[in-house]
Amino acid sequence: MVKGIIGKKIGMMQLFDDQGKLVPVTVVQAGPCVVVVRRTAERDGHEAAQIGFVDGKPPRKVTKPRAGAFAKAGVPPTRVVAEFPVDSNSEAKPGDTVLCDIFAVGEYVRVVGTSKGKGFQGGMKRHNFRGGEASHGSMFHRAPGSIGASEDPSRVFPGTRMAGRMGADKTTLKRVMVVKIDLERNLMFLRGAVPGGPNALLRLVKA
Amino acid sequence: MDMRELEKDYLRTDIPPFGPGDTVRVHVKVREGEKERIQVFEGVVIGRRGGGLRETFTVRKISYSIGVERVFPLHSPGIHRIEIVRHGRVRRAKLYYLRDLKGKAARIEEEFHKR
Repeated sequence: MVKGIIGKKIGMMQLFDDQGKLVPVTVVQAGPCVVVVRRTAERDGHEAAQIGFVDGKPPRKVTKPRAGAFAKAGVPPTRVVAEFPVDSNSEAKPGDTVLCDIFAVGEYVRVVGTSKGKGFQGGMKRHNFRGGEASHGSMFHRAPGSIGASEDPSRVFPGTRMAGRMGADKTTLKRVMVVKIDLERNLMFLRGAVPGGPNALLRLVKA
Repeated sequence: MDMRELEKDYLRTDIPPFGPGDTVRVHVKVREGEKERIQVFEGVVIGRRGGGLRETFTVRKISYSIGVERVFPLHSPGIHRIEIVRHGRVRRAKLYYLRDLKGKAARIEEEFHKR
């Protein structure tokens, strides 16, 4: 069995649980995926499967090596391909379908995605700097303050936290609960928020 | 895919049409340990808020001369039944002004033929 799947964020909503309590959920379209390449321990040094996300749209460009892999698996090319670990005794072979039935309700998954880009942001938003008081004539509001000492060392140390581009980073959530699975529509309902906006690609792996 | 489509599966279809100014009797499921019983909250709807699955409505009543307001999620499974006692004639969507009125002034004229 392949231990993960490629997903696409649809959006957020709320569901009532069996206690009648509202649970915030993110709806993710998980799969369908197809196994394109199977990596084995003896040939590649590790057990894994490269799977492609079947979203009904053909890729604009397919590199020759990848086209070969798709042809060998006997599946039409997909736009997104990613590698996932498999069970060591797994029989997953190229051409097999991977669906969200690899997960169960109540199980925890690891979600990897790209966070929303925030653009160029100041120190207060980007690094949680405290800033100064808004009033009482302090004349120091959202500026970063000191970024180092004086003549010695006469330079700013690398890595000093300053304003700059924020967001659009690879973000991993290690333990996200699966609240509900809709196998018919390939939908997974994950508790809470996941990185990125609608249509963001996500990597869902068994936690 | 549209989120509104997804929400449809969870919307309740057994909710009668009612709006601000109407007096309703909300039968709420109350869980006490293992046992579940029904409690009734009767009062004037002073507003509906939100849309889709997130829609809520606020009911106001005077309980032992203390004003009590309760906000219910419209599509909550915790609501057993909503009964409409009477339709009221009001001219705005949110009846927050009722909070400042009491007794005779806080009455709402009844509307008999509501669409």
